[in-house]
Amino acid sequence: MSKVDLNVKIGNLTLRNPIMLASGTVGYGNEISEFIDLKKIGAIVTKSISLKPRKGNKPQRILETAAGMLNAIGLANVGIEKFITEKIPFLKKQDAPIICNIAASTIEEYVECVRMLDNEDGIHAFEINVSCPNVKEGGLQFGNDIKMVGKITEKVRANTAKPIIIKLSPNVSYISDFAQAAKKEGADAVSAINTLVGTAFNIKTRKPILYNITGGLSGPAIKSIALAKVFEIHKKVDIPIIGIGGIMNWQDTVEFMIAGSSAIQLGTVNFIDPTTAEKVLSGLTDYCNENNIEQVSSLTGSYQLN
Amino acid sequence: MNITENQIDEIIELEYNIHIFKIISPEIASKINPGEFLNIRISELAIPFFRRPFSVCDVEDEFYYLMFSTMGTGTKLLATKKPGEFIDVLGPLGNGFNIEDDFDRAIIIGGGLGVAPFPYLTRQLKGKKEIISFIGGRTKNDVITYGLENISVATEDGSLGFKGNVIELLEKELDKTDKVKSKIFACGPLPMLEALKILAEQKNIECEMSTECTMACGFGICQGCPIQSTADEDKFLLVCKDGPVFNSKEIIL
Repeated sequence: MSKVDLNVKIGNLTLRNPIMLASGTVGYGNEISEFIDLKKIGAIVTKSISLKPRKGNKPQRILETAAGMLNAIGLANVGIEKFITEKIPFLKKQDAPIICNIAASTIEEYVECVRMLDNEDGIHAFEINVSCPNVKEGGLQFGNDIKMVGKITEKVRANTAKPIIIKLSPNVSYISDFAQAAKKEGADAVSAINTLVGTAFNIKTRKPILYNITGGLSGPAIKSIALAKVFEIHKKVDIPIIGIGGIMNWQDTVEFMIAGSSAIQLGTVNFIDPTTAEKVLSGLTDYCNENNIEQVSSLTGSYQLN
Repeated sequence: MNITENQIDEIIELEYNIHIFKIISPEIASKINPGEFLNIRISELAIPFFRRPFSVCDVEDEFYYLMFSTMGTGTKLLATKKPGEFIDVLGPLGNGFNIEDDFDRAIIIGGGLGVAPFPYLTRQLKGKKEIISFIGGRTKNDVITYGLENISVATEDGSLGFKGNVIELLEKELDKTDKVKSKIFACGPLPMLEALKILAEQKNIECEMSTECTMACGFGICQGCPIQSTADEDKFLLVCKDGPVFNSKEIIL
């Protein structure tokens, strides 16, 4: 059996394989490390960190949907100080490359977070969350505002030499315009997609089921939308894409890479089967071996159009 | 924490749509405590999507038991399983009831299917503590007494036992009884737990309750199941990881 080169390059960032764990689906790594060896994964993207701790939304926070889930957690997190003192040391000990996801409600806050974390050598890159649908502060939705996405990228870029990944919202008409804005201001990559806004009502009480009223839809239910968004970006913008959206297994992973992803993130599936990352890694390796693919990165954007 | 495939040994059907699965797993049977739970993947397909949490109902030798009624898609599908088939089980999860502390009488309160964890608790307490059980339901069809001891029943329509809710029955009985050092163990619908929390704190009786919340992962990563902490206004506890059993004083319902 030939040896497959699983390394992928995302801008300046080299990962040992393209399988990442998505923000908000693995906490800060400690629980999931009981199920998988974090040494084997490409990178772990931490739960969104904000400058101050956030309590998150009241229940009900989540809901099962047809082949997916709605969530409105509200960015519950320990805050940046505790993240540095308590969470990073654990992840470093696991030899898990950390990509730190940052959420904020002002541009200054994004910059402040990046500055505070820039010297942490365990952090390999920043993923900037401009698109959480569940927090509304000042009525501002950065992810829907192309100028804001550009501005946030520009300011973060000025404050770190580490790779920057902008996590894009699918709740826009043309996601590729946002990818273009991120690229123009110096982002190394984009991750696509964040969750889609959805809701549900109780037919007896006629009240919304989620406390937050709306939540983010994820899981297999959104896979085909995510693939179309990845494909759109790949065709129009020359920037590495990290594909996310309903990936459940190695077959989905291959499909996302063909559609244009350089790497992928496993999200909601971690709640159902926290061992999925290792299964995907072995399935992907077997697929490459069986198809004489020497470098997994050659799959990226390898779609065959007429 | 572990994911295992466990074989169904036997299925017991009770009246009124209650199913009990007897499942072989020396590993889980030796580890799990009353009040802890297992998160079960019903199907490999994407519908139903989440695992379903089940409180352990009883443990005997290398077997554990689950009790459920067919309420939605997940439990309906689970009920089609046959002896000999396997289920995908994540667990044991959560924190169960504490029976090590100082009390002489265990007062068990169960509402509807909330009795599920108590056959196992009863088994562990039997011979060591006095046990009295108060079981409630809307009608006699909702009253499940499987595996319980020394039972008093309350139904809201009066079709069996005391007419009224189980907490009213408990209050009446507490007024009658002597001053034996008691501890309450409860599981059931939210209004029952709310009324019980008030009563237990009024009467100064230690009370542990098993709480419920929609959950996905069952071990803390999805953050989907918050419950307000009494000690810290700025903090939610997680039902799956910090509970599902809490001392009534720890939480605000």
